[in-house]
Amino acid sequence: MDDALFLARAQFGLNIGFHIMFPALTIALAWFLFGFRVAYQRTRDAAWLATYKLWVKIFALTFAMGVVTGVVMSFQFGTNWPRYMTTVGAIAGPLLSYEVLTAFFLEATFLGVMLFGMNRVPDWMHITASALVAFGTTVSAFWILALNSWMHTPTGQVIDAGQVIAGDWLQVIFNPSFPYRLTHMLLASGLTASFVVAGLSAWRLLRAPADGGAAKTLRAGVLTAAVLIPAQIYVGDLHGLNTLEHQPAKIAAIEALWHTERGAPLVLFAIPDEDQHRNDFSIELPYGASLILTHQARGEVKGLDHFEPDRPPVAPLFYGFRLMVGIGVLMLLVSWTASWVTRRARAAPRWLLWVLAGFTFSGWVATLAGWIVTEVGRQPWLVTGLLRTRDAVGDISGAQLGASLTGYVLTYATLLIAYLVVLTHMAGEGARS
Amino acid sequence: MDLPLIFLGLMGASVLAYVVLDGYDLGVGMLMPAASDEEQSVMVASIGPFWDANETWLVLGIGILLTAFPLAHGVVLGALYLPVVAMLIGLMLRGVAFELRVKALGWHRELWNWLFWAGSFAASFFQGVMLGRYITGFERGFFYWVFAMLVGASLCGGYVLLGATWLILKTEGALQKKALAWARWGLLWVALGVMLVSVATPLISETVRHKWFDFPRTLALMALPAATLAAGAWLWIVTGRMTRGEGGNDGRPFAAAVAIFTLAFLGLAYSIYPYVVIDRLTMWEAAAHPSALKAVLAGALVVLPFIVFYTVLSYRIFRGKAKAGLYD
Repeated sequence: MDDALFLARAQFGLNIGFHIMFPALTIALAWFLFGFRVAYQRTRDAAWLATYKLWVKIFALTFAMGVVTGVVMSFQFGTNWPRYMTTVGAIAGPLLSYEVLTAFFLEATFLGVMLFGMNRVPDWMHITASALVAFGTTVSAFWILALNSWMHTPTGQVIDAGQVIAGDWLQVIFNPSFPYRLTHMLLASGLTASFVVAGLSAWRLLRAPADGGAAKTLRAGVLTAAVLIPAQIYVGDLHGLNTLEHQPAKIAAIEALWHTERGAPLVLFAIPDEDQHRNDFSIELPYGASLILTHQARGEVKGLDHFEPDRPPVAPLFYGFRLMVGIGVLMLLVSWTASWVTRRARAAPRWLLWVLAGFTFSGWVATLAGWIVTEVGRQPWLVTGLLRTRDAVGDISGAQLGASLTGYVLTYATLLIAYLVVLTHMAGEGARS
Repeated sequence: MDLPLIFLGLMGASVLAYVVLDGYDLGVGMLMPAASDEEQSVMVASIGPFWDANETWLVLGIGILLTAFPLAHGVVLGALYLPVVAMLIGLMLRGVAFELRVKALGWHRELWNWLFWAGSFAASFFQGVMLGRYITGFERGFFYWVFAMLVGASLCGGYVLLGATWLILKTEGALQKKALAWARWGLLWVALGVMLVSVATPLISETVRHKWFDFPRTLALMALPAATLAAGAWLWIVTGRMTRGEGGNDGRPFAAAVAIFTLAFLGLAYSIYPYVVIDRLTMWEAAAHPSALKAVLAGALVVLPFIVFYTVLSYRIFRGKAKAGLYD
């Protein structure tokens, strides 16, 4: 049983982790495309058109990756977590259905018009199609994050004959962590897309320094990132305080605070020891955690011992959080430096192009690290206080799960390699012509 | 108001929309190796603007199963676990291959072409296997698996029929000629598939037998197979005429293929109703909490007309014959 639980979680985690990479990029990239399209409309500059045509192809490929991995998700909800649907399906089902109805069809249909319709429909309709695709991706994020946030901080539900049903839909959707989580995720998508746009443009400029379109998109990406990253740091902090209020065990695990104490230190780095309930080789900032979390040097911070046994594992949260924050800080440095160096449309020097190219997929790493923190941080609950992960697992045998997991891993590895190769190839190809 | 019935109807409509719409683009995918390089780019262009949205109907159908009949979702997809995984991997490979083949050159392009074909084929075959398993109530045993594989092969033929008739509608010249021949091959497979399912379901399930062979109702019911046969015959005649160059409306073969699928679907729906898992779980037993059903229904009634509207709009924008050079 434990094997099956582990495999079900591994498989679902692999799947959703692989899936989230692509929406994280397309949600904001769709708005970039809309911007590029409008810029072409206003300036009639051929460089914008070439740029738009290149990025719309990258978008289509990324979107396709998101669609095909998303189809898998719609099956795995039921196959891996059947009790999830029979227990909280009356809330999860409608939210997922609204996502399909209001977002998926809109995106998929108008993407066709966007990709292939430029010469078939009037300009206004093509621009509208671009806007609708972007709107659709954002609406999709709205619904799925409403459901995800509800799983973290459920409100608005009532229990009817053992089933969790919605008492007040507005409370279900606008649950306490939703505004923070949605904003945090949308900004994460904005940053992911900004760095991909800037990074691939930099890659192109390394091959063909005279490419006017790439210089434009590089600046668009860098400036967007420079604006979004301080906002993200601020929203991330608010999200953290919200988590402290509603999911304090998650915070204790992030901070690797094993025992409740006054004047708790901020653990900058350590190797958490899950068996001994202590940190090895830790570097601490005295009173740091108390100051950040309670705004008092001697404030009391609840440690993991307070929440036993219902607490998440420490290591993934501790490391994941530090990885995410570390990349965030680097993003700030890189985007501000790059904005300064390229001010008033100055050409970016080669060292900067290399740095930006290196940061192309930094958004993915930070986003995945953040998702691991928040999702593993919810354990042992699937829906906080209502349903435990181990109670939701189905009776698919370990052998079947193992076999299919192998199939998925191979498929995903192939797809990811192909995706990355084609992306860099396309960015380079654009430079030659 | 019988909410489960409404949702069974909605789910049926989504599944039928999926089978017909993704059916033609899967069919085109399976036909790729039979065409030349230039023909392949026309074929891909004919489905390019549509395939993403077509696949979304599957998500909607599964979404309704998950939302409205959560118990059945667990039972059905649990029992079909491995064919479902195989189908999903097929769908993933082909969806991505579709985008990648355009951007690749040389042997890379050959590889993606092959994966596009293989993925389309695997997705179609395993959908058929799922159907075969489903209508036999997931019975274990060698015979049942052989049966499921035969249904899988027939569904491939069925999608080839849809794909070929779609190409008759969307292409011209030599490719259209080829498509006419493919359509006739596909039709033979469909005939086999429809026969298999029609014979097997009453043999396996007494409920189904009773529903079809109960005089005098049987006489009225025979209108369904008769209409299916007529649509098939008409398709055979129309494609025959077109092959001989006697003209005809290019949309007719596709319309006839859609009619065959719709009639077969209605027959199957009649057999299974009111079960969602044959002889085991009725739609009322499997239904979700009424509050969930009401919440989804309200949204669906508002949004579905828009979806239909812009789907039609998109097909109007891209009407007419497809041309090579998709991305220009």
